[in-house]
Amino acid sequence: MTNHWIDLKNSDVILIMGSNAAANHPISMKWVMKAKDNGGKLICVDPRYTQTAARADFYAPLRSGTDIAFLGGMINYMLQKDKYFKEYVLNYTNAPFIVGDKYDFTDGLFAGYDPKKRSYDKTLWALKKDAKGMPEKDMTLQNPRCVFQLLKKHYSRYTPEKVSEITGTPIPDLIKVYEMYSETAAKDKVGTIMYAMGWTQHTVGVQNIRAMSIIQLLCGNMGMAGGGVNAMRGESNVQGSTDQALLFHILPGYLGAPAASLATFTKYNEARTPKTADPMSANWWQNFPKYSTSLLKAFFGDNATPENEFGYGWLPKLDDGQNCSWLNLFDAMYNGKIKGFFAWGQNPACSGANANKVRKALAKLDWLVNVNIFDNETGSFWKGPGMNPKEIKTEVFMLPCACSVEKEGSISNSGRWAQWRYKAADPPGDAKPDGDIMYELMEKIRELYKKDGGKFPAPILNLKWDYATDHVFDAHKVAKQINGYFLKDITLKDPTGKDLPFKKGDLVPSFAFLQADGSTSCGNWIYCGSYTGKGNMMARRSKNDPTGLGLFAEWSWCWPVNRRILYNRASTDLNGQPWDPKRPIVKWDGKAWVGDVPDGPWPPPADKEKGKHPFIMKPDGVASIYGPGLNDGPFPEHYEPLECPVPQNAMSKQFINPTIKIFAGEMDKHFTCDPRFPFVCTTYRVTEHWQTGIMTRWQSWLVEAQPQVFVEMSEELAQMRGIKNGDLVKVTSPRGEVDCVAMVTTRFRPFKLGNLVVHQVGMPWCFGWITPKDGGESSNLLTPNVGDPNTMIPESKAFMVNVTKAKGGA
Amino acid sequence: MAEGKSILVDTSRCTACRGCQIACKQWHGLAGTHTKQAGSYENPSDLSDQTYKIVRFSEGKNGDGKPYWYFFSESCRHCLSPGCMAVAEKDEIVVDEKTGAVLYTPATKDLDFKETLKGCPYNIPRQNPTTKVLAKCTMCFDRITNGMIPACVKSCPTGAIQFGERDAILAAAKKRVEELKKTFPKASALDADEVRVIYIVTDDPKKYWKYASAK
Repeated sequence: MTNHWIDLKNSDVILIMGSNAAANHPISMKWVMKAKDNGGKLICVDPRYTQTAARADFYAPLRSGTDIAFLGGMINYMLQKDKYFKEYVLNYTNAPFIVGDKYDFTDGLFAGYDPKKRSYDKTLWALKKDAKGMPEKDMTLQNPRCVFQLLKKHYSRYTPEKVSEITGTPIPDLIKVYEMYSETAAKDKVGTIMYAMGWTQHTVGVQNIRAMSIIQLLCGNMGMAGGGVNAMRGESNVQGSTDQALLFHILPGYLGAPAASLATFTKYNEARTPKTADPMSANWWQNFPKYSTSLLKAFFGDNATPENEFGYGWLPKLDDGQNCSWLNLFDAMYNGKIKGFFAWGQNPACSGANANKVRKALAKLDWLVNVNIFDNETGSFWKGPGMNPKEIKTEVFMLPCACSVEKEGSISNSGRWAQWRYKAADPPGDAKPDGDIMYELMEKIRELYKKDGGKFPAPILNLKWDYATDHVFDAHKVAKQINGYFLKDITLKDPTGKDLPFKKGDLVPSFAFLQADGSTSCGNWIYCGSYTGKGNMMARRSKNDPTGLGLFAEWSWCWPVNRRILYNRASTDLNGQPWDPKRPIVKWDGKAWVGDVPDGPWPPPADKEKGKHPFIMKPDGVASIYGPGLNDGPFPEHYEPLECPVPQNAMSKQFINPTIKIFAGEMDKHFTCDPRFPFVCTTYRVTEHWQTGIMTRWQSWLVEAQPQVFVEMSEELAQMRGIKNGDLVKVTSPRGEVDCVAMVTTRFRPFKLGNLVVHQVGMPWCFGWITPKDGGESSNLLTPNVGDPNTMIPESKAFMVNVTKAKGGA
Repeated sequence: MAEGKSILVDTSRCTACRGCQIACKQWHGLAGTHTKQAGSYENPSDLSDQTYKIVRFSEGKNGDGKPYWYFFSESCRHCLSPGCMAVAEKDEIVVDEKTGAVLYTPATKDLDFKETLKGCPYNIPRQNPTTKVLAKCTMCFDRITNGMIPACVKSCPTGAIQFGERDAILAAAKKRVEELKKTFPKASALDADEVRVIYIVTDDPKKYWKYASAK
C-alpha cells in the first residue's frame, strides 16, 4: 500500500476491484464502513456479487480478465469529459513529457516487437531528452507526441460500447462507476483503490494496476490521505517477506539482483543507479551504492572490504534474462533439473497453478523438506491421489515449526507497518521458530563446509553469522542488523548542517546516514530506523493521533523512515499548501514540512533553487502516466486471457498479451475458445480458510462453517446443464478436474458480449485431499501455469472450464 | 423491566465474515459439528445445542434484475416478555434482573421442549439430545457480569454488533434507522420494543430470514 489500512477511512470514494475485501480482508471493512459513515461511497466491481458487493453503494459486474478494458474506458471518460486534476497532472506526472519519435502503437502492438523472442525492444519507447539530458516537455499539453495526447489517443478507442462488448458490463453500469469515481478528480475529493489477487493473477496483472495508477494520477489521488494505490496482501507478513527479498529478482530493500554480465561491484552499482539531469529531481535511487555496500557489510561483516569489492563476488548471479520465479522453478523441477526443495511455510501441491504438474514435479526430487505447523498435501504428496508411493524416490523430511504466536519477531502489514510481536506461548513438542531452524541449519552447513570443503565455500564461510544469544536464535540481533550499525567512529551532518558524532557499534538512526565506503552496515535500507539507539521502534504502542487522520505515528514503525503515506508532498500544491485543507497530510510552513514524515526535507517545487519534485523515487521526479519500463508496453492495453471464451480480441488483432511465456511441455495444456471448455472460471478464497486452508482445515469450527469445495454458477448455466443447487458436479479444465458441490446463485449472471452470451463460474482454492476427508480438492488442479510477463504471477483468475453433473450425483 | 442491557445487530454493516458465529462457539466451548456443503455459504444448517448463533444468508434478485445478498446473524432475542418462559413452572428459565438476559438453567431438562419452542416466535430454543437440557444464546452472561462485552460483539470487525445499556442501544438504533431511511425507505429496527437483541434491516425482514421478526 502507498497508504495504510486506517487511512481508508479518509476516502470519499473507495473502489474495490480485483478483491473481495469483506471476505478476505475482513478488518479492512472496519475502515471502509467508517469512510461510509463519513459520507464516502463504496463501489464494487467483480464478476460475482460478493460479500463486498453486498455492502457497496454501487456494484457492477465484469467478465474475469477484462479489467484493463473497464479501466481504459474510465481513462477515456475522464479525458473526454475533462474530469481530471489539471494542475496535478501538469506538474506531478509525465503528462507534458515528449515521447521519442520511435514510439508507436498499431493494432495492439507497441513499437519494437520481436515475435520470435516474444519481447519488445524497449529502447524505442524512450522519452525525448534535450542536449543537456533534460526531458522535453510541452506544458500546454498540446504537442501530439506529449504523453497526455498519446494517452488520450490510446484510450479514445475504449468507448463505453467497445468496453461493454469486452467486459459484459452493461453500459449504464460502466458510466455510473466512471461518474462516481471521477468525482475524486476534484481538488478536495479523494478516492482509493483496494485490490488483491483479482488484479495480479492475470497475464496482464501488472498492467491492470498500471491502468488504475494512471486513473489515480489523473484524479490527483496519489500522496493524499484517503488516496493511493493499495494492494491488500494475502498474508499478514507478505509485505515483510517481499521487503526482505523473498523473490529471486531482488536483494533486501528492492535492490535489483546481481546478474552475470555485471561482473564487478562497480558495474553492478552503475547499472542499478539511475541518473537525472534535472536539478529539481531528488532521484533518491542515486543512493543505491550506499545501500548495496551496507547490505554487503551486513552479509559479510569484516570479511567485506573495499579490496574484495565487499564480497560482491560471493553473491549468486542470475544469467542475463534468467527468470527464477515460481512457474519456471516448478517447470525446472518437473524436468528433473532441481534435486532438493525446501517447502517452507507453503503448500505448493495446492497453491501452485496447474497443481497436478506441481505434484508430479515433487516426485522428481531427491529430497523435500516440509517446514510447516501441520502436515499438508505437499509433504504427503507421495501418498496423495494418483500417486504410487512405491514408485516415488523423493525422501521427505517434516520439520514442525512454531506458529505466529509461539515466537518473537516482526510482521510488516500491507500498510508497511512493521509491528513487533511478543511470544505468547511455547511451541508444542519439537516445533521450533523458523529463525531457530534456519540458524541451526546454517550452523550445520558451515560446520560441514569447514570440515569437508566444497565447490565454493567462500560465501558460506565468510558469512557474518552471529545472530544467536547463548546458541539460540535471537530475533533482536537480526532486527538490529537489518536496521544497521556504524562500523567506525564517524561524524556526519544532519539536514540543518549540525555535526552528529556516531560511535562504532551505534545503530544507524536513518538511511540518510548510510555510507558507500563500508563504514556502515545495513541488512535492508528501507528498514533503517526501525531499531535505533532509542530502542525497538517496531514495538511502540502509543495511540497518539494528533492529526485525527489515523496516522498513529508512534504505533509500530513504518518504512520508509516512518512515513505513513508515500509521496505525501504530492498532496500539496507547488507552494506546499494542501490541495485538500480538510485532510492535510503535510504542509510547508515556509521553513519546514509539518505533519507526516515528508518525502524529503526539500522545499516544495515553487522554490526553483532548492525545491524538489514530489515523486522522489522516479528519476524524473514525477509520476509515470507513460511507463516505458515494463515488458509489455508503456500504456496498459486490453488483451484476452490465455484461455478465453471469445474468438478474437475486440480491441485489436493481437489476441493475447504478446510477451507472455507459454510453456509447451506435456503437462502445459491450454485451450482457448474451445467448445469442450465453454465457461470462464475464476478462483478465490473464503473467510473461513487461510490460503490453501492448511492452517484452518484442521479447525473444526471453521470446517463446520465451510466444509467442502463448491462451484458457484448462475441459475441460467445451471438450467442449461440440468444442475440443481447442492448437486454434485465435475469441473474440468484442460489440466485437471475437481468434484464439487454446485452452488446455484443469483450472484453470478451471464455476460452479454455483443451477440455472445458467456457464463462464468468461480471456486475457492482452499481445499485439499488431506483433511477434511470429504472436503474435496484444490481448484488449482484446474488453473493454468502461464504468468504475467513482468512478474510471472500465474493467471489463476481467468481460465476456461466445463461443468457437468457428476456421476452418482443427486 | 425495560432497563438493563441490549445488543444491536445492524445488518447494513454486516459483511458475513461469521466472526460472531465462531467466537460464540469458542467462548462457550461448543463443538464444530460435521456439516455438508448444500449450496449455500450458510452452515451449519440450523441452531442446535452446539450452535447458539448462525449467520443466515439469503439471496435473490431485485426489481432491476441485480442480485441482493442479505446476512442475518441469528440468535436469541432475549425478549422483555420471553415466550419460552410460558411453559416454565419453577426457575427452569430465569431473567437476570440487572441485565435482562434470559437464561436457561440445567433444570430446563424437565421442560416440555416442543411447547417451549412453540412459545418462542423466533424459533430459538434447542435441546441437547442426551441430557435434554435446553440451549441458546446466554448473552455471554459470564462475560457481561465481569466487565466484558459478549464474544460476538467483541469479534465484529465493522461494528455491526454493538452492546450497551438498553436506552443507549435504542437511541442508536433509532438514529441509524433514520439515516438508513434516506437510502432504504424500508429500513427498520425489528420488534425494538419487545426484544433486547434488536436487528436493523433495510428491506422486508422476511427476505432476510423467515423468523427475523415476530410479526
